[in-house]
Amino acid sequence: MTALTAEVADPAPPPPPGARAPRGRGAELMLLAGAVAISVLGHLHVGFALTGAAPRGADRYAAGLACAALLAHLAVRFRAPYADPLLLPIAFLLNGLGLVLIQRLDATTPHHLAAGDQLRWSGLGAALFVVAVAVLRDHRALQRYAYLAAAAGLVLMLVPVFFPPVNGAHIWIRFGGLSFQPGEFAKILLAVFFAAYLAANRTALALTGRRLFWRLRLLPGRALGPVLAIWLLSVGMLVLERDLGTSLLFFGLFVIMLFTATGRTGWIAIGLALAALGAYAVGTLEPHVHSRVEDWLHPLASVERGEGPGQLAQSLFAFGAGGLLGAGLGHGQSFLIGFAAKSDFILATAGEELGLAGLTAILLLYGILVHRGFRAGLALRDPFGRLLATGLASIIALQVFGIAGGVTGLIPLTGMAMPFLAQGGSSVVTNWIIVALLVRLSDSARRPLPDGGAEGGG
Amino acid sequence: MIRHIRWCAWFCALLLAALLVNAARVQVWEAAAYRDSPANKRPAVERWAQPRGDILVEGRPVTGSRDSRQLLRWERTYADGPLYAPVTGFASQTYGTSLLERAEDALLAGTDPGLTAFPLWYDLARGRPSGGNAETTLVAAVQQAGYTALEGKRGAVAALEPVTGRILALVSSPSYDPGELSGTGTAVTAAWTRLNEDPARPMLNRALHETYPPGSTFKIVTAAAALDAGTVTDVDAPTRTPDPYPLPGTRTLLPNAASGCEDASMADAVRWSCNTVMARIGVRVGLRGMAEAARRFGFNDAGLRVPAWVSRSNFDTDMSPDQLALSSIGQFNTKATPLQMARVAAAVASGGELPAPYLVERATRADGTQIRTGGRRGGSGRAMTPSTALRLQELMVGAVEDGTARNAAVAGAVVGGKTGTAQHGVGNAGTPYAWFIGWAKAADEPLPGVAVAVVVEDASGDRGDISGNSAAAPIARAVMEAALRAGP
Repeated sequence: MTALTAEVADPAPPPPPGARAPRGRGAELMLLAGAVAISVLGHLHVGFALTGAAPRGADRYAAGLACAALLAHLAVRFRAPYADPLLLPIAFLLNGLGLVLIQRLDATTPHHLAAGDQLRWSGLGAALFVVAVAVLRDHRALQRYAYLAAAAGLVLMLVPVFFPPVNGAHIWIRFGGLSFQPGEFAKILLAVFFAAYLAANRTALALTGRRLFWRLRLLPGRALGPVLAIWLLSVGMLVLERDLGTSLLFFGLFVIMLFTATGRTGWIAIGLALAALGAYAVGTLEPHVHSRVEDWLHPLASVERGEGPGQLAQSLFAFGAGGLLGAGLGHGQSFLIGFAAKSDFILATAGEELGLAGLTAILLLYGILVHRGFRAGLALRDPFGRLLATGLASIIALQVFGIAGGVTGLIPLTGMAMPFLAQGGSSVVTNWIIVALLVRLSDSARRPLPDGGAEGGG
Repeated sequence: MIRHIRWCAWFCALLLAALLVNAARVQVWEAAAYRDSPANKRPAVERWAQPRGDILVEGRPVTGSRDSRQLLRWERTYADGPLYAPVTGFASQTYGTSLLERAEDALLAGTDPGLTAFPLWYDLARGRPSGGNAETTLVAAVQQAGYTALEGKRGAVAALEPVTGRILALVSSPSYDPGELSGTGTAVTAAWTRLNEDPARPMLNRALHETYPPGSTFKIVTAAAALDAGTVTDVDAPTRTPDPYPLPGTRTLLPNAASGCEDASMADAVRWSCNTVMARIGVRVGLRGMAEAARRFGFNDAGLRVPAWVSRSNFDTDMSPDQLALSSIGQFNTKATPLQMARVAAAVASGGELPAPYLVERATRADGTQIRTGGRRGGSGRAMTPSTALRLQELMVGAVEDGTARNAAVAGAVVGGKTGTAQHGVGNAGTPYAWFIGWAKAADEPLPGVAVAVVVEDASGDRGDISGNSAAAPIARAVMEAALRAGP
């Protein structure tokens, strides 16, 4: 392992031997091999459980996954040699598990296959990961494009309004049989903008503002203006497009990044107040949001009315049927959820067939991913990098909480996608780019200082 | 800024913890409630995910399974559905199960713990073993004989082996094809509606679940009670009974359908079916003695399972003497299932032991290894003393040889029988039910081979005691012939 890493061309001057922290590229390779193995075994298992034979082309499938893993690893090894070794394997494993679950659900919906598309999108995502890691040599380069990112993000969110709605929401654009949600990419762009803007203005935001009494200050209007404007614009647009999940995600992201940048608890208070206001307004004005809250409070109400179980009830049935150890891949009945079983409700299949044990493992994988993001943020030295890492980690955390909490009845359902797991091309691609950025950030964070100091830590 | 990033990280950790705790709540604590919700289709999906075990008649399956490729996947098929419907019942995705399909459901569906030597393994692997098979006691030839003889009529046949209680035939007519109820969809619901609205009630199991006034066939119980209680010691002695007989405490006169009943002996009363004599004997035995005898013969027992449940046959335990007189000749509130009356005949034939009837000879795993055997050793207790049983055998043989039951005679066999014609309906206006109960013993066999009860609801217009002989006895003869030919 040490011999391999020694061969890597290292732009930094070699630190004295013995004092060098391990970079973890060998560990990353081993973990990636494990992730590929688990994905391929899951693929085979589903085939045997449902048809009694290995899926056709399983050997090519395995080879393809291994190639993708190797390419991604090589990109990290040559372009981000100090990157956190856990990020890539976790992303790869989650993506592989998602493919397994979608392939399993495909078997019960033969007229609506999704695994092939998802595989192609995953390949595209992994390719973009490689490109992003290779092209973007320093995350600080992004800082220069803050306003461009904001503009692009807003345009991306605006475009679907001109396309026909799908299931009541203007969030897709379609052409040539392909459909994707541009709002997914907007997440990254807005996170970049927030990070850049807040890094530049955080002193003003933190310290100015008229003092009322004791430590209470009014928040400074001048510095706040542009941020608030962009935020209002994005949220307003999302409400127009009926995509409340992403709207809530932006809101949470905004509050977290503002709080991190300024350290003022006032932001949290304002955030909560705005959230309460928004929730009340949307809950009373939007009938389908209101019904989701009702569903969350009484998931079995429709059963008692004799109307059969709703989707949330079906999801809870699936989780309950999983129990501690699960029914086993291919042996559950999560397809009873019906619509969106492969996207919003993908976690129910994991819960039913892998049980609480498997579900906990998946949630902990996300936990580690988020943890590694925050850790990069803590170790980075520039405010932009810190804020961007915090923002990206928060995007993953909020998204996981939003959808996992929704399908398990912890909070009302909001339409979000389980990162990497859920069916959805734009979502998978976006997540790969997020992971690429985290890899880049963690590489900067763990890179030894030019003077040979060991700051950063692994 | 470092401090605030840490706070954010802790906040995310809190969200993760909330997710994990909530997942444990849903998947462990509330799992049972979700599983038991009536809207949860999983139990049904699992239940039909594999073919059911089969019901066998003489080693040959009369049921099957077909892969419907639907959500509730394996649907039940029936070979000779109408013939065996009173035994198998139905197993429907839409309407549940009945009869053996219900009583042996755990075995057939694969949930019976006896199906596996390692029940924990299936708990762990979340699977279930293949369904086991239920081998019935039926004899195909006997069942077919009863079914053919009853065709076109409304009625029932119950035949059993007197000593063991093995049920040889259980026929209910008209019948239906339980395969029509397998699966889901409009065809199934339409069939269900049609069968339930049919005035002939084809889904009613008349042999087990319908109770009829037994009429004169009940006189066997009355005679046994009188002999056991010592009320009658000499069956050939005159009983000093007037014809017609005024019911005690009333001015109502009870007539006879037969002639020559005045002052007849009990032997002649059984042979010619004299209402007056047997009613008076019942009154002389007394309410307590009659109720006790009826209980010993299996009346008033709501707990009989074969293993499908059997309706309770009734003999009132609180009556005035005139009601007791009518009850003693199988009228008033006395009601019996055909299976119960077959037990009465079997008790006489087997020397006084009341058999415990059963339908399932063996339960086996899918590979044929045995899990358990059916039947209860020692039957249901003693209905009468052996000497009383011997007397009654003679009386019943007399009724077939030169009495009211001559149509039941089988060449080369000793046959005992008793006919009955039961009045029913308001003011006895309904077409009387024709009854026959009896038993047969092949001449060269030490034990009786078969006991049978036949009831025909619509024995057209024939109001005398004759209808038992003309409508029911030939059916019984066909069944007994088939049973004797099939051998033990």
